[in-house]
Amino acid sequence: MTALVTVPPPPASRDLARMSDEALLSLVASSDEDALAALYDRFGRIAYGLALRILRDPALAQDAVQEAFLGVWRNADRFLAERAKASTWILTLVHRRAVDLVRREDIRRGEPLERAPEPADPRTAEDEASLGFQRRLVQEALSQLSPEQREALELGYYGGLTQSELAERLGQPLGTIKSRMFTGLSRLRDLLDEAGLEGSYP
Amino acid sequence: MASEPHDLVAAYAMDALDADEEREFERHLASCERCREELASLREAAAGLAYGAVGPTPPPELKQRILAEAKAERPNVIPFPQRRRWTAPIAAAAALAAAFALGVGVWATAHPKSSDPLAAVLAKPGAKVVALGGKGTMAWAPDGSAALALTVPRAPEGKTYEAWVIRNGKAAPAGLFSSSAVFRIDRPVPRGAVVGVTLERAGGVNAPTSAPFLATEAVS
Repeated sequence: MTALVTVPPPPASRDLARMSDEALLSLVASSDEDALAALYDRFGRIAYGLALRILRDPALAQDAVQEAFLGVWRNADRFLAERAKASTWILTLVHRRAVDLVRREDIRRGEPLERAPEPADPRTAEDEASLGFQRRLVQEALSQLSPEQREALELGYYGGLTQSELAERLGQPLGTIKSRMFTGLSRLRDLLDEAGLEGSYP
Repeated sequence: MASEPHDLVAAYAMDALDADEEREFERHLASCERCREELASLREAAAGLAYGAVGPTPPPELKQRILAEAKAERPNVIPFPQRRRWTAPIAAAAALAAAFALGVGVWATAHPKSSDPLAAVLAKPGAKVVALGGKGTMAWAPDGSAALALTVPRAPEGKTYEAWVIRNGKAAPAGLFSSSAVFRIDRPVPRGAVVGVTLERAGGVNAPTSAPFLATEAVS
């Protein structure tokens, strides 16, 4: 047993880059700023793209992303009780903040169906390839929905419209909109599962 | 509202309900396991849509602003006497781990027939020592076995410490203790998992009610 005495105590390395999203989030829950920075490096760009798509204003989009990440910082402990991937939890917060802002600012979401701007200012070719791949994957899945389902998801998710606003805008009964959202999102879930979209960093 | 509350799950997952509908659905959600499960998978699909909106990189100042603001805020963790930041200097953690290894070694030598949990794990191939937030140490082996040694104040009246094996956002209960202790974790700790400790009501709970105040790195 004397061998134990010489067990070199490997200083636990803080190789945040190799940790899972969930592990980082549990570090954030213990107020680890480096872990928050690492999560931002993974999801900041996706978060900003989403907020920009919804808000169409760089300053507001930055506000939404900032509030969402501070929400991650303050509430990471609550994540432990949620049955979700860390990426889902974070992007849900970002979406929520952006939608809250778009409703508060009453920004007229005239043409939410327009495509997102082309990715610009690539950091690295690898990042770009991976994000571009995920983006194509989602767009491919969306294109397999019926036009009505796709419209409901895009106006709802990217446009920030409520189901009642959608019904009014499309001149359809609320029940029809609910059904399109449900069948559309369920189908999208299956398509993304099949395609193996990993809601994480490259 | 005449319709079934279940009908709202997709719109809820997409933040497409108004405030009243949202409250109504959340009341329903509290009592409907089926909707909670449906919501979890639909939320994941909705979050997938975020990847369809990838655009330009955000300005670098945004990250700096977020980190500065986070730093300025008081950390949202459970109050704990003599709590040390778990990012305490690695040197201190290493020293503590060494002390434990030494202590265990000496103790195990003095009690050769004993079955010290830490020593048992450390005897396995590839075993290593992982710091536990400056308050203790974990012995972990690649076969998933693990043991904890902690130095903590006695838990307050009516409370207990509870250990958790946390993986993929799910925390599984891994033992109760009320003061400094050395014990074997009675469930496997797979590669990539984190072991954390929370303070819970006496008797323990099935899911942590707060962030761990102590946590290891993800083991690998």
